[in-house]
Amino acid sequence: MQPLLDVKNLSVEFALRQGPLEAVKNVSFSLNKGERLGLVGESGAGKSVTGFSIINLISKPGYISNGSIMFEGQDLAKMPFDKMRGVRGNRISMIFQDPMMTLNPVLTIGTQMIETVMAHMDVTRKEAEEIALEKLRKVYIPSPRKRLAQYPHEFSGGMRQRIVIAISLLTDPSLIIADEPTTALDVTIQAEIMDLLLELCETDNMGLILITHDLAVVSEVTQRIAVMYAGGIVETGSTRQVTETPGHPYTQGLIAALPQSGAAGDRLTQIPGAMPSLMNMPAGCPFNPRCQHCTDICKQELPTLKENKSGILVACHHADKV
Amino acid sequence: MSTDSLVKIKNLVKHFDISGGLLDQLQMENGRITRKQTVVKAVNNVSFEIQKGETLSVVGESGCGKSTLARTVMGLYPPNSGEVHYDGQRIDCLPHRQMLPYRTKMQMVFQDPYASLNPRMTVRQIIEEPIYFHNKGISRGDAKNKLHEVMRSVGMDPEWAGNYPHEFSGGQRQRISIARALAVEPEFIVADEPIAALDVSIQAQILNLLMDAQEERNLTYLFISHDLSVVEHISTRVAVMYLGSLCELGTAKEIFSSPRHPYTRALLSAIPTLGGEKKKHIHLSGDVPTPINLPPGCVFHGRCQFANDRCREEIPLGRNLENGTLCACHAVEEGRL
Amino acid sequence: MKTRSRWQRFKESYFLHDFLHDKVALTSFCILAVLLFMGFAAPLVAPFNPYDAHNIDIMNAEIPPSWLPGGDTTFLLGTDAQGRDLFSTMLYGMRVSLIIGIGAVCLQAFLGIMVGLVAGFMGKRVESILMRVADVQLSFSTYMVAIFISAIFQAMFGVAKYEEIAVPLLILVIGFAEWPQYARTVRASVLAEKKKEYVEAAKVIGLSQKRIMWRHVLPNTLSPVFVISTIQVANAIMSEAALSFVGLGMPVTQPSLGSLINVGFEYIFSGSWWITMFPGIVLVLLILVINLLGDWLRDFLNPKLYKG
Repeated sequence: MQPLLDVKNLSVEFALRQGPLEAVKNVSFSLNKGERLGLVGESGAGKSVTGFSIINLISKPGYISNGSIMFEGQDLAKMPFDKMRGVRGNRISMIFQDPMMTLNPVLTIGTQMIETVMAHMDVTRKEAEEIALEKLRKVYIPSPRKRLAQYPHEFSGGMRQRIVIAISLLTDPSLIIADEPTTALDVTIQAEIMDLLLELCETDNMGLILITHDLAVVSEVTQRIAVMYAGGIVETGSTRQVTETPGHPYTQGLIAALPQSGAAGDRLTQIPGAMPSLMNMPAGCPFNPRCQHCTDICKQELPTLKENKSGILVACHHADKV
Repeated sequence: MSTDSLVKIKNLVKHFDISGGLLDQLQMENGRITRKQTVVKAVNNVSFEIQKGETLSVVGESGCGKSTLARTVMGLYPPNSGEVHYDGQRIDCLPHRQMLPYRTKMQMVFQDPYASLNPRMTVRQIIEEPIYFHNKGISRGDAKNKLHEVMRSVGMDPEWAGNYPHEFSGGQRQRISIARALAVEPEFIVADEPIAALDVSIQAQILNLLMDAQEERNLTYLFISHDLSVVEHISTRVAVMYLGSLCELGTAKEIFSSPRHPYTRALLSAIPTLGGEKKKHIHLSGDVPTPINLPPGCVFHGRCQFANDRCREEIPLGRNLENGTLCACHAVEEGRL
Repeated sequence: MKTRSRWQRFKESYFLHDFLHDKVALTSFCILAVLLFMGFAAPLVAPFNPYDAHNIDIMNAEIPPSWLPGGDTTFLLGTDAQGRDLFSTMLYGMRVSLIIGIGAVCLQAFLGIMVGLVAGFMGKRVESILMRVADVQLSFSTYMVAIFISAIFQAMFGVAKYEEIAVPLLILVIGFAEWPQYARTVRASVLAEKKKEYVEAAKVIGLSQKRIMWRHVLPNTLSPVFVISTIQVANAIMSEAALSFVGLGMPVTQPSLGSLINVGFEYIFSGSWWITMFPGIVLVLLILVINLLGDWLRDFLNPKLYKG
């Protein structure tokens, strides 16, 4: 079976005055229909740039320098800008951290939803309104007909994110890319939004790419995880395996650094140092200055993704030992 | 519980008037001009004590008044009513000069490492300022020694003292911020979301640093956070706040193993956990009301599935339960829950 | 990471890098530097001293520039109606214009920063009163105030005495008329800085209000002050030129660029166009380069401006 989305050797560069800066390096992953993938990493790891590049939304001076993004039989990396609009917001929807990136503050929710439907589908205004109402019900907005006439500022943060999800569902996309959708929200609201996303993906057999820094959130929602560090994927595999038996020293460190219930008051295991800036990358494996297993080869050669003994793809020279 | 309390707050109330100038307050109503004031009721009637050497954490969602509470305790905001005591002395109404001795005993670490350091001062100037200010006539050599000592204790090379904050990463800036707080040898530190703005792999470093400092210097912490798993890890006791009111206060162990207040239960069920089987999240109905229009009765009743008429009318008072936890809920008190 | 000296920091800064790679800014800066040097070093650079009556011969009046028929190589750009070398007079005039412009801006900045800082930091009633005063001041046009005051002083002291106090008087008039610009900018900036956590940290240390205001808040509000200062210098020079043009600025014996243009204007129809044209060109050039530099500085200090 052909995967829904197949990203191969994707590289994204930013043309800066000091020369090109590689923000995403040779990233490959694929997603089957209805599958949920988590893209995890710290700020600056390149996870958002990867997400944006799928729908060709990287802002200047960034550009895709290499690789292909096959989606429903088309290569999005080489698609001209005007054709891209037929895919973006139609077959692929995006949910941002800040709902106000999607919502126009001076238009009512109804106007925005109806216009989106009419832009992508050949329907009357009445039918478009019915579709909008149906989607609002789907994301559990109480009294949706009344809500259609309201402006974004009349909603709370959690409600706004629900409306953004409803808007993203309008065109029945086959893939949703959610970039830190709950980072700005409270825990209780975060749990509700995540449950909602999970439910929608399952009922409509939609694909989901969840971009977040929070391993725990990803582990509750997704089936597979790709961990990113300094622009590259360092580890990818099934969520269960990666969270239970992480193969890369970075992932191991991240998981060990999380406070565990039952070990209150103990020192946490910490990864020394900080992620290098893209301008100032160490030679070889980008994680080598922080890694306790680092040897000479790590300082010279960039490791590639290889399957380790538990079946996870790990980019580490010592994948079998650690 | 021991009676050795360091900080005690009693019926603390803090409201903010956000209605602006007199002209903004005037409104036409039924043909008459009336003056209307908009007040944010950030903290309402909160009381608790912090014991010497413990870490008391205040958790709650955004807008629950936890940061306001921290700043009121520190004397950054004057309370509208209620009292703050430090070591038996009432300090909420002291004039600037009499407050100075307490400024060396109480310090604060802030959330945003990018905003909490003056960008025009070098690390040396930032850390030495409180040293010179509170030790009048200290020699340059002594100040320098102190600077080096605190920098080393937060894991920074004193060589870097001549650099400006923007040359450091978020985690290192938070270390500088902690060093500034430690420079005056405080006994009590208020930490307002000290790790919320940091990356996951850096959070553990800063938490370890805070725990080490507590052990070495015998510090007492008031720790403000929305991250429940962090709170569980470092706290002795935990206070849960909702819309400016205290819901539940108890030892970390009791709160996390057997939460009683319906809000605490919902909050705990919402923590995402790594791997393992999926928990059932308790979904709260409705929206969080704004602290401008507080609902009558229990502030949580609009979202609580156990609310009855009494909850809608009468404000619940904190009552001690058999396990030592303080809980403000009619349903728990009546045994309905 | 190593600690670097101030000079090293400057050399490696984005500020210098950006500046050196911006051709407009670099050219403007070079022209401005030349103009400033020529203006302030006028007594050394200029071939004649136009203030010295011994040098002036009325027989030399209205000689055209040296490259035109009837021109004289001693007078590169020709002479004015009183027989003064136009090039020298212009350099001296530019000096007067620059002194008044910069002086007035220093006064504006001093008043405006004080008022803005105190208003923004204290808030409440103090802020209301100070900012209303600024509003009232702004509601009077600069020229109206200047014309009014200059006219009164000329009448009070007589023209001879007025000539002596003209420079400080113009500095005062222009300085007082425009300080609210600074006050507003600084206040807005103070209001933004005041909310930041480093101010709270200073309070937690126990520092006095005064010290927090001077040591912590003020240095962080200065970037926008630099930006408006460039534009205000250009404005002040323009104001002075305009006042001189209507005869209320610098007297003819001590001409500024504006009064030179004014004087020359009378001779434009008798064919001596150069008396008004050359000072005009210099004035436009001076204002242009200052404004271009100001634009660059604003873009550099506030990158959001051109991105959004």
